[in-house]
Amino acid sequence: MPSHDVLVIGAGLAGQRAALAAAEEGVSVGIISKVHPVRSHSNAAQGGINAALNPGDSWESHAFDTIKGSDYLGDQDAIEIMTREAPEEILHLEHLGVTFHRNEEGKLGTRAFGGASAARTYYVADITGQAIMHVLYEQLMKYSEQIARYEEWFCSSLAIEESGECCGVVTRNVADGSMELFQAKSVILCTGGNGMVWKPSTNALICTGDGIAMAYRAGAKLMDMEMIQYHPTTLAGKGFLITEGARGEGAHLLNAKGERFMEKYAPNKMELASRDVVSRAEQTEINEGRGFPDGTVALDITVVPKKRVHEALREIVLVGRDFAGVDITREPIHIKPGNHYTMGGVKTDVDGRTDIPGLYSAGETACVSVHGGNRLGANSLLDTLIFGKRSGRDAAARAKRIDYAHTSKQVLEDEEAMIADIVAREKGSGRRISEIKLELGQTMDAKVAVFRDEAGITEALETVRRLKEEAKTAYIDDHGSVFNQDLIAAIELGYMLDNAECTCVAALERKESRGAQYRTDFPERNDEDWLKHIDLERTDDGPEISYSEVTITQWEPQERTY
Amino acid sequence: MADYTIKVRRFQPESGEGPYWEEFNVDLDPSLSVLDGLLQAKDREDGSLAVRCSCRAAICGSCGMKINGQSGLGCKTQIGEAQELADKQASATGKGGEGNSIVIEPMGNMPVIKDLVTDMESTHWTKIRRVTPWLLPHGEPPEREYIVEPESMIDITQSMACIQCGACVSSCLSMEADHEFIGPAALAKAYRFVGDPRDAETHERLHDLADDPHGIYDCTHCFSCIDACPKGVAPMDQIMRLRRKAGEVGIEDPNSGHDHEIAFVKIIEKKGTLDESLLLQESFAPGIKGKLKPNKRAIREMLGSIPTAIRGIKTGKMRSLHKLIPGVHPKLPDQDDVKTIFAHAEEHSEEFNLYIKGEEGELAEDDVEKGIERSTDPDTPQEVKNG
Repeated sequence: MPSHDVLVIGAGLAGQRAALAAAEEGVSVGIISKVHPVRSHSNAAQGGINAALNPGDSWESHAFDTIKGSDYLGDQDAIEIMTREAPEEILHLEHLGVTFHRNEEGKLGTRAFGGASAARTYYVADITGQAIMHVLYEQLMKYSEQIARYEEWFCSSLAIEESGECCGVVTRNVADGSMELFQAKSVILCTGGNGMVWKPSTNALICTGDGIAMAYRAGAKLMDMEMIQYHPTTLAGKGFLITEGARGEGAHLLNAKGERFMEKYAPNKMELASRDVVSRAEQTEINEGRGFPDGTVALDITVVPKKRVHEALREIVLVGRDFAGVDITREPIHIKPGNHYTMGGVKTDVDGRTDIPGLYSAGETACVSVHGGNRLGANSLLDTLIFGKRSGRDAAARAKRIDYAHTSKQVLEDEEAMIADIVAREKGSGRRISEIKLELGQTMDAKVAVFRDEAGITEALETVRRLKEEAKTAYIDDHGSVFNQDLIAAIELGYMLDNAECTCVAALERKESRGAQYRTDFPERNDEDWLKHIDLERTDDGPEISYSEVTITQWEPQERTY
Repeated sequence: MADYTIKVRRFQPESGEGPYWEEFNVDLDPSLSVLDGLLQAKDREDGSLAVRCSCRAAICGSCGMKINGQSGLGCKTQIGEAQELADKQASATGKGGEGNSIVIEPMGNMPVIKDLVTDMESTHWTKIRRVTPWLLPHGEPPEREYIVEPESMIDITQSMACIQCGACVSSCLSMEADHEFIGPAALAKAYRFVGDPRDAETHERLHDLADDPHGIYDCTHCFSCIDACPKGVAPMDQIMRLRRKAGEVGIEDPNSGHDHEIAFVKIIEKKGTLDESLLLQESFAPGIKGKLKPNKRAIREMLGSIPTAIRGIKTGKMRSLHKLIPGVHPKLPDQDDVKTIFAHAEEHSEEFNLYIKGEEGELAEDDVEKGIERSTDPDTPQEVKNG
C-alpha cells in the first residue's frame, strides 16, 4: 500500500501550495490529482491576487473590505490571518519566479478590483492564476524527490479508521483502472468548487465538488453551502468568464438603453461594487426589461485605452474573438451573471483542520470562512495560497507527531464493489448520466441562483432528491479499465448531487438576504436571527442543520453600501 | 443549429483491435466548438469516446487534438469553421461538395493511449523537465521583490502564456524527424528562464541548449508550431530568441544560421537587392566586400557545399549561375528608400510581443493608420529587423 505522511488530494493552487509547504517541513508528501496538475481550474483565475503591500495600504483596510464584502458572514479571525500574511506570500511567489506586472520603477505594480478601497491587486496580465500555478508546478518538478506526484488518479472515498481519524484515500489510476488504497497520517482536500452543479457555469468540467462530497460522506461538517457566487460578467450561453479586471481597468456596464445603470445601485463604487451587488443590479435590469433580447446587458471595454487592453486584458480579447465573435476593443460585449464560485464548503479552522482528525481542507473546497456571503475578486487565489500553506504545515506537524494508523482494506473492497455495480448496469436500465447532469444544472440555475424564494428552492430540492434516486440506476457505455471517463462521470454525478442537496437545504434554511443569498421572500439582512453560519452534517435522511457563531474581532456589522 | 459529421480516429486499447474511424452525427450551433461536438457525441451516443477536456475556454490545455490535420485545441476551434476547412480541403483534392466529415485525430508525435487521449508524460513532460524548468537565482532573495525592467516581465509573459497543451509538439516537423529534439514547448519554456533577469544561470542554460545536438539548432524554422499554438506563444520565435542570446554570449551556431541572417540584411542594406554571390561568403566568413578572411571552418563549409551546388545545377534548382560571379549582380538604382526603411527599422527596433502590440491584424491596421512602413510587421522575421 503506498504511504505518505501527508497526502494532498487535488493539485490546483491550494493543493500544490499545501504539498510544497508540507515538504518544506521535511515529511514525505504525495499529491493526487484527477487531471494533470496544470489542467486544474486555478488556471482560470484571471484578474489577480490581493495583498496590502503598497506603502500607505494596510492589512486592516484589506480585512475590512473583505469583511464588508462578505456581508459580515466571514470569520474575522481567519480574515485577519489571510490579509496579514498576504504580502509575505506575494513576495514568496515573486521570489519563486512569478512574472508579476511591474511599475515603471521595476517594482510590483497593482490594478483596481471590485469591493476594494485601494488598488492592491497584483497580477500577470490576465493570466494570473495560470502564471502562479505553472510556477508552483515548476517547484513540484524541482522537489520531485520529496513530493510524489500521482497525475490522473481519481479519488472515490476517504478512509476513516475506527477511532474516527482519517487515514488515507481510495483512488483509481485513470490510465489503467487499477484501484489503490493510499495510506496517510494527514489528508488535505483541495479539490476546488462545485460549479458543475449549475449550468451554465464559468467553472471547468472537473469542478464537481469531489472533496466537499467526500468529506461530507465521511462525517465532516459543511458550512455556508447556500453561498454560491454568481459572477457579474459571463458570456451568455457558454458561461465563459470575463475578468473583473476589465472593470478594474475602467470598463462600463450598460443596459440596452445605453444607460450606465450602476449609478442607481452603487453610486460610489459603480461597476466596482461587490460582485453580489453588481450581479443583482444586472439581473434586475434584465428582469425589468432593460436588458438585450438575449437576456444580457453589455460590458463596454472600448473606453479602456487599446494599448492597455492588449497589455493587461489580452486573454479576454481572445475570449471575445474566439467564443463570442466580438472585438472587445471596438464594441461592447453581451454579458450576464453566471455561476462562478463556492463560498461555502468543508468547515475548517484557520489551519485547515476539519471536524475529522487527520482530515484537512483548503481553497475553494474549504470554508474557513474568509469569504462569508460574498467573495471579493482576487481574494480566491489568496485564500488558496494562505490556507494551502497553513494546512500543509499543520498536516506535516501532525504527521511528525503520530504513527501510521492501521488502515483497513475494507474501504477499498467497498469502492471496488461500488464501481463493479456501476459498470454492470445494463444499457437502458435507467437514464443516461449526461441527462441527469443536464437536468440538475438547469434546475439549479433556474431556482437557486441570483434571486431565490422558498417555492423555487423547495422545487429544486425535490428535483435533486429525485435525481439522486435516478442516479442509482443510471447506466454507462464504457465497461473498460483504461481511461474510463464514463465511470468517473458517474461517480462525479453522485458528488454533484450531494453538493446540490446541501446547497438547497441551506438556502431554504437561511430566511434572510445576505451576500449571494438573496431571498425575494425575505429581502432584508437580519443580523438578529441570521448573523450565524449554517452547518450541515450527513445523516441517512439528508443533511442535519446546526449553527455556529460568526467570529467578530473588531468590525461590528453595519449597513453595506457601495 | 446545424448538422455536422465528425469522423473520429478511435483506438480502444482493450479491444485487441487496431485504430479505426468512426463517424458521429451531431447538431449544434456553428459558433460552438469541435469539443462541444465531441462531447455531444459522447453524451448522447457513446460514453466510451475518450477525450481529455476541462475548461472549454482554451486555458487548461487539455484538449489538444488534430482537426482536419491541423493541431490545435478542440475547444477553441469553432465547428462551423472546421466544416468550412473540411469542405475547402475536399475541393482541393477534387472531391468537392459540402458537408464533408470533420476529421478528428489524436495529437501527433505522441503515443496514443485511447481514442484522442495521448501519452503526454513520455514525450511532452519529459522534454519540459529536460530544460531545468524552474528559476535558479543566486544567493538569498531580496527582502522585498526583485527590481527588474517592466518590459522584461512582459517579454517572458508571452512564454508564460503557454498552457502546455502540446499542440506545437504535435505539429513539429523537426520532432517527426528527430524524436529527441527538445521541441517547441520545452524550448519556449526554456526562454522563460533565459529571458528572466532574476535567473542567474543564463549562460549555463544557453550552453546546455546549444551543445545538445537536439537543442536550439535542431529547429528548422518551419513555423508549424506558431500556426498550431492556440495562445500566441509563438514557440519558434522563442527558439530564435534563444539562438540570438546564444550568439550574444559567444556561442557559435554550427549552422551559421545567425551569420546567414546578418548576411542577408547587410547585403540588402548595401545593394538594395540580394547579391547571391556574396551570400555564401558573408554567411561563412563575414567581412567587408572583397576582403575575404575565411577561417578554416568557413573554407571547410564552402568546400563541403560544392556537391550540393552541383546537384542543384544538375536538377535545375540553381539556374542563375552567372549571378554567382561577384560584381555581376546589379545594384538597385535608387537606394535611398532602402536606407530609409533600414533607418526606420533601426529606430523602431523592438521585440514583437503580443502582450505589447496586440494581434497581428490589429497591428497591421494601426500601422496603416499611422502611415508608417510595415517594418514592425510580425511577418518579418525578427532576426532581420533586429539584425
